[in-house]
Amino acid sequence: MSIDLKTIKHISKLSRISVDEKKAEKLAGDLNSIFEFIEKLNELKTDNVEPLTSVAETTLKLRSDKVESKNLREQVIKNSPKENEDYFVVPKVIE
Amino acid sequence: MSKNKSEYLINRHDNQYEVVIGLEVHAQVSSQSKLFSTSSTKFGAEPNTQVSLVDAAFPGMLPVINEYCVKQAIKTGIGLKAKINKRSIFDRKNYFYADLPQGYQISQFKDPIVGEGKVILDMPDGQKEVGIERLHLEQDAGKSIHDLDPKNTFVDLNRSGVALMEIVSKPDLRSPDEVNAYIKKLRSIMRYLGTCDGNMQEGSLRADVNVSVRKKGSKDFGTRCEIKNVNSIKFMQMAIEYEANRQVDLIEDGQKIDQETRLFDTKKNETRSMRSKEDAHDYRYFPDPDLLPLEVSDDFIENLKSEIPELPDEKKKRFIEKFKLSPYEANILVSDIETSNYFENVIKKSDVKLATNWIIGELFAALNEKNLEITESPISAGNLSKLINLIKDGTISGKIAKTVFEQMMEGDKDPKKIVEEKGLKQESDPKALEALIDKVIDDNRDKATEYKSGKVKLFGFFVGQVMKVSGGKANPQLVNEILKKKL
Amino acid sequence: MSDITIQSLSLLVENIKSKKLSSSEVTKAFVDRSEKSKELNAYITEDYANALNKAKMFDEKPNLDLKLPGIPMAVKDLFCTKDLRTTAGSKILNNFVPTYESTVTQNIWNEGAILMGKLNCDEFAMGSSNETSFFGNVQNPIDKNLVPGGSSGGSSSAVAAQLTPITIGTDTGGSIRQPASFTGTVGLKPTYGSCSRYGIVAFASSLDQAGPMAQNVKDCALLQEVISTYDEKDSTSIDFKRNEYSKELTKNIKGKKIGIPKEYRVDGMPKEIEDLWKKGIEYAKDCGAEIIDISLPHTNYALPTYYIVAPAEASSNLARYDGVKYGFRAEGENLIDMYEKTRSEGFGAEVQRRIMIGTYVLSSGYYDAYYLKAQKVRKLIKNDFDDAYKKVDAILTPSTPSSAFKIGEKTNDPVSMYLNDIFTVPVNLAGLPGISIPAGHDARGYPLGLQIIGRAFDEQNILNIAYAMEEKINFKNNITDWWIK
Ligand SMILES: [Mg+2]
Ligand SMILES: [Zn+2]
Repeated sequence: MSIDLKTIKHISKLSRISVDEKKAEKLAGDLNSIFEFIEKLNELKTDNVEPLTSVAETTLKLRSDKVESKNLREQVIKNSPKENEDYFVVPKVIE
Repeated sequence: MSKNKSEYLINRHDNQYEVVIGLEVHAQVSSQSKLFSTSSTKFGAEPNTQVSLVDAAFPGMLPVINEYCVKQAIKTGIGLKAKINKRSIFDRKNYFYADLPQGYQISQFKDPIVGEGKVILDMPDGQKEVGIERLHLEQDAGKSIHDLDPKNTFVDLNRSGVALMEIVSKPDLRSPDEVNAYIKKLRSIMRYLGTCDGNMQEGSLRADVNVSVRKKGSKDFGTRCEIKNVNSIKFMQMAIEYEANRQVDLIEDGQKIDQETRLFDTKKNETRSMRSKEDAHDYRYFPDPDLLPLEVSDDFIENLKSEIPELPDEKKKRFIEKFKLSPYEANILVSDIETSNYFENVIKKSDVKLATNWIIGELFAALNEKNLEITESPISAGNLSKLINLIKDGTISGKIAKTVFEQMMEGDKDPKKIVEEKGLKQESDPKALEALIDKVIDDNRDKATEYKSGKVKLFGFFVGQVMKVSGGKANPQLVNEILKKKL
Repeated sequence: MSDITIQSLSLLVENIKSKKLSSSEVTKAFVDRSEKSKELNAYITEDYANALNKAKMFDEKPNLDLKLPGIPMAVKDLFCTKDLRTTAGSKILNNFVPTYESTVTQNIWNEGAILMGKLNCDEFAMGSSNETSFFGNVQNPIDKNLVPGGSSGGSSSAVAAQLTPITIGTDTGGSIRQPASFTGTVGLKPTYGSCSRYGIVAFASSLDQAGPMAQNVKDCALLQEVISTYDEKDSTSIDFKRNEYSKELTKNIKGKKIGIPKEYRVDGMPKEIEDLWKKGIEYAKDCGAEIIDISLPHTNYALPTYYIVAPAEASSNLARYDGVKYGFRAEGENLIDMYEKTRSEGFGAEVQRRIMIGTYVLSSGYYDAYYLKAQKVRKLIKNDFDDAYKKVDAILTPSTPSSAFKIGEKTNDPVSMYLNDIFTVPVNLAGLPGISIPAGHDARGYPLGLQIIGRAFDEQNILNIAYAMEEKINFKNNITDWWIK
């Protein structure tokens, strides 16, 4: 298989990373060599294997329903590249 | 024409179309803190004051699940007669949006906490069962505000991370009326359980509405469109009507329906395509590696089962069997937990039949007029019970009772006191009534003569006069008896 | 070299406790040496004035019961540190100042240590040579223009060059053990769930673990004892009985069964690595261990698996860097334009490459063929280890397939760069503890490391084996201070 420029454009769109023609070509080359190496997995038959998501052999711990976080507005928006007193501010979104 | 009254069909030329509707209801879990963080869920706070570092997705921040939200979801599942999955998985749904700080929503995709269940609707022509496909837990997003600034969108993350139950129905609904009944029933069940307050104004209950149409009789489903995030039953109904007709027009026109996400414009009363959602709807779901599988034991579920109150369907059955209510009356009284509690409090000490009539009739009308919920009723269940007993034991007539009721609506007063203070007690002393009646006959000699000569219709006139002279207090039954003798 | 900075952590702790040295003296020594070592580019952010100040405060009211009393320390810049810039080696977090502290670093400060600054690393820990850092290469103190390994390259360089007595790194596929091996230092990747991930900039959540990097095994054990705690703020933190690793440390490993996996003899492995491994086996035997040949049949599939799982998780973990809440933002005409420019200008090439790989393997139509497949192979890899541990107590392998390479040597060939982690990645996939100890030199005098892999939660055992072998190996790092003018 080979990853073409159209696919690169599609995944760059999904990843919200802009690519120009030159960058797309470089990425296509890199990804193709990486996937060539990844394809090695196809040698293995895995039909009856359970997928492993986490090696932690335990289950989710539950916390109690308590409000502990206080008003952190200042802390939370302090690092924001653009804000007013109350809100995070982003370029206008057109629905 | 349709066979039965509630069938909803769209006619075009010689074709009849049926509408197929499935709902994805987002119900906010009633809880103090968020699903994966310890910030408050309280409604109406100042923007961005209920946002923790987890909610705003700061680097290195991790989700830790709220046990109460898990319990609430399972309880709701039990209320929907659904299968509870002892093992469920949280997945990430990846997409970019200004009010989605993590760049993904934590949701449940392949293995939800609750599986198939059902909801029974009471429709005018009988009961209808609507299948529940699943219920899963997920995070709410924040809020984008587009109209405060011409060039910028403002983001408030207070809602970010609030626990939602997404309840997905099977495509079993066939009309706007059924959708209305379905939402109300879901809301009622969750309010009985205390798992969601159902407050649609505050956004606690919203739905994505999936609509498709097909020729009547067809077994295949048409292409569906999803109308996103509709937050009132009325809008859902309007959106369905508009969308179904739009789709029928396209088919009649020989055109194809695109499967897409649409938005209901409440001002224009129309749905339109949401192109912004289209280009990135490959959500790349995968199990959230920050969260392990959620496992609950049989004991955990059994404990929750023991906390489940009597639900509307069971309550209705009991009301009909035990109190001999009509299905119509029972339906109204069980529709929400507060009303049924009120009713059961009233009838603890008074007549069921009278109580039913007074609650469904006078009380509902009066509350409606003042725009009050039953929980805000100026008349307590205890005082309504007293009023009913005053009628039952003949202390006051039904008519006087209405006057007393009106006074009670002005502030919760003991009806006995009102009757005493205003001297509204019914006159049931035969002697006193005879004197009154004699006087009325005397004052209306000519009419009495006419009556005797056969104009029996005049009897009503005399009853009226006696009641008027007594200021409405005369016992109407006795007045009838005595008048008959005297005339 | 100052006679203070050559001291091991354990010795410094002893000298401070016995009041032979003050925290201020120690801190000043490491600060001075760090100041003179700018050419190594080990630091991203220095906090020397604060460190000296804290040392002074410590000396005024010393608490000598603590495990790290007044010990100065620099940490990898992937740990969020309250009020001190945390960049993860990326332009996108260039100006990010956390208002919170990671659990692991908090544990360290709670035991009396003092923060000197933040150490360079590959951007978002994605790299094996520290060359992907927005803040530039790090020099390996072994030789000029030699990479220190990665991603914890600033950390390995700083420990080897004695700019910090000890440090912490993070290891997702080898990022502690490989740089330790390249710099002649000791690095431990603990069992997954042993150290809290709270407050660590995430790369691949199911693989990331923080761990100690030190000049010797004992120091490593002491720091592991401090940083490994159960943490309710991390749902994958595991509540198990933790040893007092430094106290329980022993060189008695008689009768321990050590497995030698035949699949680690990979094609094209330099003879000197093969020889090192053989030497290691002899050392282990000398220590009284029993050597057993074992098989880990899916070893060759670990790297391809890793390069699906890690980028997939990373593509999602890095979605939060979008220019909205913190960090770098590029101006854009609308929201999407802003996102695309911010992420394109804010992330470096390797990070973008991995986000693209991850996005691709999760995207519709490819999930089953790649992501699901990788999870299944991950299960097979874990099964291999489970089977092996029925027969042995630990596994001995080389840490890396080669010694350190030159800066720029592999930057244009991502696959050859990825092959660096061939021996370390399986350990992350299986969630096991692994330690790299320096064990010899190649022909050019560059250090080479051996890796000891343990059962889950059996850190004590591999620390003991490492401790015993360390004595036999008696490794000496050849560092000439060439960068100090
Ligand atoms: Mg939906
Ligand atoms: Zn949803």
